[in-house]
Amino acid sequence: MPMKKVMKGNEAAAWAAKLAKPKVIAAFPITPSTLVPEKISEFVANGELDAEFIKVESEHSAISACVGASAAGVRTFTATASQGLALMHEILFIAAGMRLPIVMAIGNRALSAPINIWNDWQDTISERDTGWIQFYAENNQEALDLILIAFKVAEDERVLLPAMTGFDAFILTHTVEPVEIPDQELVDEFLGEYKPKHAYLDPKRPITQGTLGFPAHYMEARYKVWEAMENAREVIKEAFEEFEKKFGRKYQMVEEYKTDDAEIIMITMGSLAGTLKEFVDKKREEGVKIGAAKITVYRPFPIEEIRALAKKAKVLAILEKDVSFGSGGAVFADVARSLINEKEKPIILDFIIGLGGRDVTFEQLEEALGIAEKAIKEGVEEDVYWIGLRKEIL
Amino acid sequence: MAVRKPPITTREYWAPGHAACAGCGCAIIMRLATKAFSEAMEEKYGDPDAFAIAHATGCMEVVSAVFPYTAWKAPWIHVAFENAAAVASGVEAAWKKLGYKGKILAFGGDGGTADIGLQALSGMLERRHNVVYIMYDNEAYMNTGIQRSSSTPYGAWTTTSPPGKYSIGEDKPKKWVALIAAAHQIPYVATASIADPYDLYRKVKKAAKIDGPAFLQIHGPCVPGWRIPPEKTVEVAKLAIETGVWPLFEIENGDIRNIKFQRFPKDGKFKKPIEEYLKLQGRFKHLLKNPEAIQELKEQIKEMWRVLGKEVELP
Repeated sequence: MPMKKVMKGNEAAAWAAKLAKPKVIAAFPITPSTLVPEKISEFVANGELDAEFIKVESEHSAISACVGASAAGVRTFTATASQGLALMHEILFIAAGMRLPIVMAIGNRALSAPINIWNDWQDTISERDTGWIQFYAENNQEALDLILIAFKVAEDERVLLPAMTGFDAFILTHTVEPVEIPDQELVDEFLGEYKPKHAYLDPKRPITQGTLGFPAHYMEARYKVWEAMENAREVIKEAFEEFEKKFGRKYQMVEEYKTDDAEIIMITMGSLAGTLKEFVDKKREEGVKIGAAKITVYRPFPIEEIRALAKKAKVLAILEKDVSFGSGGAVFADVARSLINEKEKPIILDFIIGLGGRDVTFEQLEEALGIAEKAIKEGVEEDVYWIGLRKEIL
Repeated sequence: MAVRKPPITTREYWAPGHAACAGCGCAIIMRLATKAFSEAMEEKYGDPDAFAIAHATGCMEVVSAVFPYTAWKAPWIHVAFENAAAVASGVEAAWKKLGYKGKILAFGGDGGTADIGLQALSGMLERRHNVVYIMYDNEAYMNTGIQRSSSTPYGAWTTTSPPGKYSIGEDKPKKWVALIAAAHQIPYVATASIADPYDLYRKVKKAAKIDGPAFLQIHGPCVPGWRIPPEKTVEVAKLAIETGVWPLFEIENGDIRNIKFQRFPKDGKFKKPIEEYLKLQGRFKHLLKNPEAIQELKEQIKEMWRVLGKEVELP
């Protein structure tokens, strides 16, 4: 029987790792995800998880050790956030290029400067082009489930790419919620044993990994990463279906909420989706035709799902906790490019919101909604709207 | 009549066909070290193939693993420049869980070890991974075209330490990573040279048979980087030993009061002057016209020996 426990998001991530039975974990503590390696080291210390836990001296070495372990052919896990993820940046490309299905939990946190330990998505968004699959969790249950799903997808032979699951700093990492812990037997059935045919360092079958790719081969190797990420769309959907059958919880690339007759659909990711759904409920009671959509899988980007969503509404308003300086929000750019060749497309609005742990309030969402309503009548005034800025201290 | 076993195994893991320069000193290290490793594995585990190699970015990686070819007959992985020690840690952990009996060999050049990879090396040594780390020391960033590293000796020309009106060439003393490694109090630290292949072989073999981490700093001249003719590699390396420039020693468990020296003159007097070592190499050409700089180099070498616990005389 599945067991229900009240736990923090970090504990949920550690439980996911325990259930997935990785053979090697390498991690370095960083706020807000420190509890993940702490909890895992407890599991290992108590014999509840039979794994080598390498207490590395940096995040760069954490991911490097994971690459070594994964290349040697074992299931591998790590966790980090923010600056730690940024320190891994170089090796993230290599993990994907070497087709190593490492899974990583990220307590989504802002990047310096100024140093800030609170939530936004700048850390993972900045790694969107590394070739890692990206999931964003709305709550602690999703943090656990999406890490299990990440292993399933990453290790699929049609994919073989690393995957990261983000869950918002403090809002999820440090907040306790009831979380259902799936049965170990069912998880074992769901994930199976990891036996790679492409990555091993077996003296009886010596292979060379991490070669030099001349111009004659480099581009094709990168294309194979592209192809694997494209394959991941179908594999993720299959994994979601199988997960639902086994564990009863439904996941979608994009989860829609009250969108069917919506004029304005607000799109977001992570825990903000929870706030947004409540806001939609409130506005619906007031008779406003508004809906919400949550992007659960950001890489591969759910292009078809966004196109379907775009057919429903007059405005797609993107609420995102990240910024690409000199351009705008990264999610906005992905939504916009998904629709660029559509004959009819809605107005697409770009809202930067809640950076560095600033609370996203209903007042802020009202402000965004006001801009969206005005845009229907009067058009779009600005390329990028910053919501909730304290103008008096600028 | 019993056939005597050759002193160095005939097994090869670094295959002919690699693309290293003619006369490459580090290629000799690759070949000898893997042979020694194989023999150690045979003696320890009864399986000469029971090892895997993690390689830092650098000449030796570039010349041995150009897709779709490989010069390696052992399981081999390269990830990046600064993380060979961390990658080796991961491989070792995975092997433990897979139940493989064997040892991991990590290779890095002086740039990838003394400079950018020093932290990962320290972490690996401190955590006591069962890894032999070999730093092949050719005393500059040769893969990128001869830029100075912290292992470049005083006075040497490189493209980033050019001699000029206001410069004698490299102006800092050489960093001795072997001593930094010894400070971790790991089971075994040694220096070696391609000019003494039996000593090198013995040390790598010894390191490979120890349970726990070991570090070797091995001198291997670079033909283009040192501005030497390809046939002079071994001769130059030999002169480094004979003039006192390259010490051969072993430190066990970090006990620097009990350093074991090899080929050290009993009276502490080196017979050949440093100039003989310098004059064979284009990288020191400018130094021969600068007796003050040579004197400074001699002082630094004496100081290095003093740190090792030896008073030496250099002619």
